[in-house]
Amino acid sequence: NESAPQESESNQIVSCSKIHIPSNHLGGFNRSNANDGRLLSSSPGAGTGGTATGNNKPAPGPPEEQQTLLAVLQFLKKSKLAESAEILRREAGLPEDALDPKGTDASGSGPGLAAGSGQVDGVDASSLLSRVTVSSSAAAQAPKKAAAGEDQPDVSVVLSAYSQQGDPSLYDAYYSGLKRFIESVLDCHRAELSQLFYPLFVHMYLELVYNNNESVAKAFFEKFSGDQECYYEQDLRILSSLTKKEHMKGNETLLDFRTSKFVLRISRDSYQLLKRHLQERQNNQIWNIIQEHLYIDIFDGMPRSKSQIDAMSGSLAGEARREANKAKVFYGLLKEPEIELPLDDEDEEAENEEGKPKKKKPKKDSMGSKSKKQDPNAPLQTRIPLPELKDSDKLDKIMYMKESTKRIRLGSDNLPSICFYTFLNAYQGLTAVDVTDDSSLIAGGFADSTVRVWSVTPKKLRKVKSAADLNLIDKESDDVLERIMDEKTASELKILYGHSGPVYGISFSPDRNYLLSSSEDGTIRLWSLQTFTCLVGYKGHNYPVWDTQFSPYGYYFVSGGHDRVARLWATDHYQPLRIFAGHLADITCTRFHPNSNYVATGSSDRTIRLWDVLNGNCVRIFTGHKGPIHALAFSPNGKFLASGATDGRVLLWDIGHGLMVGELKGHTDTIYSLRFSRDGEILASGSMDNTVRLWDAMKAFDDLETDDFTAATGHIHLQDNSQELLLGTYMTKSTPVLHLHFTRRNLLLAAGAYNP
Amino acid sequence: MAEERRQKQCSVVLPTESMKAMAESVGVGQLQEDSCVALSEEVSYRIKEIAQDALKFMHHGKRRKLTTSDIDNALKLKNVEPLYGFQSQEFIPFRFASGGGRELHFYEEKEVDLSDIINTPLPRVPLDVSLKAHWLSIEGVQPSIPENPPPASKEQQKTESTEPLKVVKPGQEEKGTIQGKGQSTTTPDGKGKEKGLIRLKPRSTHELSVEQQLYYKEITEACVGSCEAKRAEALQSIATDPGLYQMLPRFSTFISEGVRVNVVQNNLALLIYLMRMVKALMDNPTLYLEKYLHELIPAVVTCIVSKQLCLRPDVDNHWALRDFAARLMAQSCKTFSTTTNNIQSRVTKTLTKSLFDDKTQWTTRYGCIAGLAELGADVIKTLILPRLTVEGARIKAVMEGPVVSNIDKIGAEHVQTLLLKHCASVIAKIRPQPDNVEQYRAEYGYLGPMLCSHVVKARTQATLQAQQVNRTTLTITQPRPTLSVSQSGLTGSGGPRTPSIIKVPSSLTLMSPRPGTPSQPSPPATKYIVMGTSAGAASTQQVITLSSSQSASPVTSTVPSATSTLQPLVKLESGGTPGLTASRPLQKYIVVSLPSSASSSLEPKSSVLPTSISSASLDGGIKLERSESPGVSTQSPH
Repeated sequence: NESAPQESESNQIVSCSKIHIPSNHLGGFNRSNANDGRLLSSSPGAGTGGTATGNNKPAPGPPEEQQTLLAVLQFLKKSKLAESAEILRREAGLPEDALDPKGTDASGSGPGLAAGSGQVDGVDASSLLSRVTVSSSAAAQAPKKAAAGEDQPDVSVVLSAYSQQGDPSLYDAYYSGLKRFIESVLDCHRAELSQLFYPLFVHMYLELVYNNNESVAKAFFEKFSGDQECYYEQDLRILSSLTKKEHMKGNETLLDFRTSKFVLRISRDSYQLLKRHLQERQNNQIWNIIQEHLYIDIFDGMPRSKSQIDAMSGSLAGEARREANKAKVFYGLLKEPEIELPLDDEDEEAENEEGKPKKKKPKKDSMGSKSKKQDPNAPLQTRIPLPELKDSDKLDKIMYMKESTKRIRLGSDNLPSICFYTFLNAYQGLTAVDVTDDSSLIAGGFADSTVRVWSVTPKKLRKVKSAADLNLIDKESDDVLERIMDEKTASELKILYGHSGPVYGISFSPDRNYLLSSSEDGTIRLWSLQTFTCLVGYKGHNYPVWDTQFSPYGYYFVSGGHDRVARLWATDHYQPLRIFAGHLADITCTRFHPNSNYVATGSSDRTIRLWDVLNGNCVRIFTGHKGPIHALAFSPNGKFLASGATDGRVLLWDIGHGLMVGELKGHTDTIYSLRFSRDGEILASGSMDNTVRLWDAMKAFDDLETDDFTAATGHIHLQDNSQELLLGTYMTKSTPVLHLHFTRRNLLLAAGAYNP
Repeated sequence: MAEERRQKQCSVVLPTESMKAMAESVGVGQLQEDSCVALSEEVSYRIKEIAQDALKFMHHGKRRKLTTSDIDNALKLKNVEPLYGFQSQEFIPFRFASGGGRELHFYEEKEVDLSDIINTPLPRVPLDVSLKAHWLSIEGVQPSIPENPPPASKEQQKTESTEPLKVVKPGQEEKGTIQGKGQSTTTPDGKGKEKGLIRLKPRSTHELSVEQQLYYKEITEACVGSCEAKRAEALQSIATDPGLYQMLPRFSTFISEGVRVNVVQNNLALLIYLMRMVKALMDNPTLYLEKYLHELIPAVVTCIVSKQLCLRPDVDNHWALRDFAARLMAQSCKTFSTTTNNIQSRVTKTLTKSLFDDKTQWTTRYGCIAGLAELGADVIKTLILPRLTVEGARIKAVMEGPVVSNIDKIGAEHVQTLLLKHCASVIAKIRPQPDNVEQYRAEYGYLGPMLCSHVVKARTQATLQAQQVNRTTLTITQPRPTLSVSQSGLTGSGGPRTPSIIKVPSSLTLMSPRPGTPSQPSPPATKYIVMGTSAGAASTQQVITLSSSQSASPVTSTVPSATSTLQPLVKLESGGTPGLTASRPLQKYIVVSLPSSASSSLEPKSSVLPTSISSASLDGGIKLERSESPGVSTQSPH
């Protein structure tokens, strides 16, 4: 407990160095430097220079950061990238000989670095040492993954912790001894201590494998793998295939186990019990593993029950530490821009003419309350720079206001109608769908690398005329915007060619001028919906990009992919502004908070992280899913997050408190889409099991506000009320539901490809 | 259970033989055992790793099936060059071979003649992706339209009707429970909700929505209206729409009431329309009709046996209606008869009773016979054949006796033709040849001679049909010593079949098309047994070649070098020729392949080859093989 703050910092360093650096060309390193940029610089506007190294302010900063720099420098040197190293050294303002006294091999450099960075008060040297070792070795690890086959001595550093060991034949006895002990303790402690089984099992198995005790390891695995919780089955399968020391190189799952500590939350009583037992038995082997590979988050109070533990566990690296979810999150919404007032008047007039003065009243009230009261939880308007509204945006806002007055109030007794858009003949495979906010366009990403855009209104899609033709038109005329369009190109469907792999993510810009698509080919492309051509290809991921999404205010967008980092981009920069690193496996889905200040990412490591766009910090880690997360949705008020995973469950999270507040069971297959209705009363979920389900979100969140969840300890007690909250299940014939969208009037649109 | 599975996962490693085989395929002769073990472990691990990555691509591709492109993408992730061009039309493209004590699976690569590819016409361009919108739900209620799945599956309808208390309908669930609660509180004996629910059930009303009421009106009007095109559309809708179950009670009542009224009024046309509605309802696969048989069956039976169905019995063709209704009856007996409702036996009893009654009119008599005859050969054999003499006498009385009335005479004529039609085929099957007129007369009385000629006709027709089947399915090229079985054109079972090759590892395969009863208009499609892996040239079409033999040739078909020397030979043995009992399968194809040198001498003998390859064993083989072949499996074995 005592070293908690340092731990979290070291975690940051580790995480930053855990980025995949896909290949050894310079671009890769620029990215890693950009990451330093996120640690150092804080304003998004400034952090957008051409090369990322330019971001590094020549401030050596606190010794922590200097260490990081040194580690990176050392890595650059080792990789014979003298030039980059020199630049970095200059930028960081480090002395010429900053690296000289360090040894050539990475393992030796650990103490040197620690010494060179000077003593930090209050930090004991050994923990610092281990931290640097981990970070530098992990950094060295990164390129290894890409350049398979290259002999990297550094792998041994990562694994070296496994080399010290006792008699392999005793492992069995150790583990069974512990098992017996845990089974014999009081019931209230047993559930908590049972959490130890899985991480211990994994690390003991890996130690055995590392020390070439293949047969012992196999026997160990076979004997005890059945005891593990069923939600770890996926990881156990990976482990089971890993039987040789050689396999450990380049196995990402293994690296995750090694480089991140498995987090357990245990009450103080249970912990004391365990400690006493291990000391009595002189069971140093297990004690060592606990010390080295586990992070035990001790809390005071009642031990948790089995169901409480099960609700939170399941992620690749245990639960989130409590500190991780303590940061303040400004989850409130931004104030709506002022332009609405004049528009309101227009609306009133229009409505008065129509003779329907009733409708304006509730609307005006809601508007008034919104603009008057500054939400205490909302971020400052200028916390991150947002693009200014253009005239067309203002027009759109007017449309939005008008539409929202006609919005249907949904509720448990007033369910939305669902209009299903079926993609027929999509034999090549539909992989992504998006609908514009005003529901006028639908775009589909396909496995054959194409992106197709449909107009679902009578208004056809038209291209802008060619430059030569544009010269001919009268620029002063009122309908110039109409004149620039080429009537001859009008059609319901436009196909965008450009990607060279399946398109996994797709997103319209809020102003409907652009479309983003992310693909297996590692690029994100920005398409113009005026010319229907590709404008930019954003490179950087180098591995499949699983998802991308525009900010609700446009300009920014986020992407995440197989390389385990999420990137924040601005449309006018070809390099990312922020890199969000920390996930232990692929980032499968990304979503912007409605106030655009935060980004949520879901991952195959079965966690959800919330990142602050301003400083790139991870401000929330949500654990509890038992499978890769494939869908995320923020409630319209920004307070809650819903997530869906391959385990078929929807989990609801309170962002402010950082707690799980609900579990919706019912789906039988992966959930690919989640969406709140415009006023947040209904949550719709669409799944691979060919159903759309509607949930009473209002009730789910209302119930909990009366509850006092014990925020102090971070415990939750979920009641199982999925059946009460389920308002409807709608089966399609044979169409998985890939996308859901509430129109501005609260009609639910669903989309998917018919799968005969 | 999970434990077991995991243990297996842990231990699954490619066999070392595979390593050896693969080494040989790339020219490494003698691979050491140790190397094999090391290699197989390493390869297994890498394959698992790639499979894990490929799963990711499957998930993101929003599929449940792993495809080869997923594997390719996973390889790309690992910086390994993907396997180009590995795209298979078949589910598992591997062929099995054994020989020399080793078993192999290999990927069959055929030699492709480029000119063939160039000359074949281009396939049709697949349809482009299109977007279609429909209402999945309207204010919380799923509309019953073809785009949506049937609101209540047949299973659900069934449980609903058999276990009314367990009904859980999505829409009415809440209402039901609320009412149930209210009921239970009011019941004086607070015994619980269950009682309340029992009493509640009959009260639940099935209200039709406005749309459904409109639909019902439109459909019923079209069905009995004058516009034939509209009627066809309406019947089509009844036969295919998935959401009709709520209207089923209405339709059922409509039909039964309609029949009741129109029989009295002798409105033949309307009766026919109503029967067509019954047929359409029975054709709808989503309806659970069992609940409404009590209304439908009396209506149908009425149309079969009613004394008078039309205003002018001497002119109008009410016989056709009786036939049609009889077929409907037979169909519903077939589908709905169970041990509990005993429909078939009850219907049979009713019909027989009135058939045996002397006072029965000719029209009713005709209906009874038609109804019974449609129930199948067994019913004809046990119930109608013994009556032939009696009926014959009755007919004779009308035909040759004093003219009673024209109507009676017409009735007698129709009964006579009906009896001849149905009985002849049955007699042809059960009665040994030769057909002697005198014997027939002795046995069947007045109808005997006519029956005899009909039976003879039926027999010749049967053989003719069998030969026709031969012609359409077998090409026998006489001059050459080999026979190849081929499907001529695409007449067989409609629709182009993809060439499917059944693999038979050893010995022989065959097909035995069993002829249906001659009364059945369409002969059953012929079954093919195809022996695979022969010389490449022949395999592109539906040419069926056999390469393994009944002769003691040990060369297995899967050895490519050997097959080319083998010439397949097909022998046809016709069991339908006179002399064999009618109950045996009429014909049988025995397919063997022999070395070409030997075959010429065998050829003449082929027709007299004894049926030593017993039909039983062959049938067994057929069933086995059939299940493997998508093309053949649609044909159900008798």
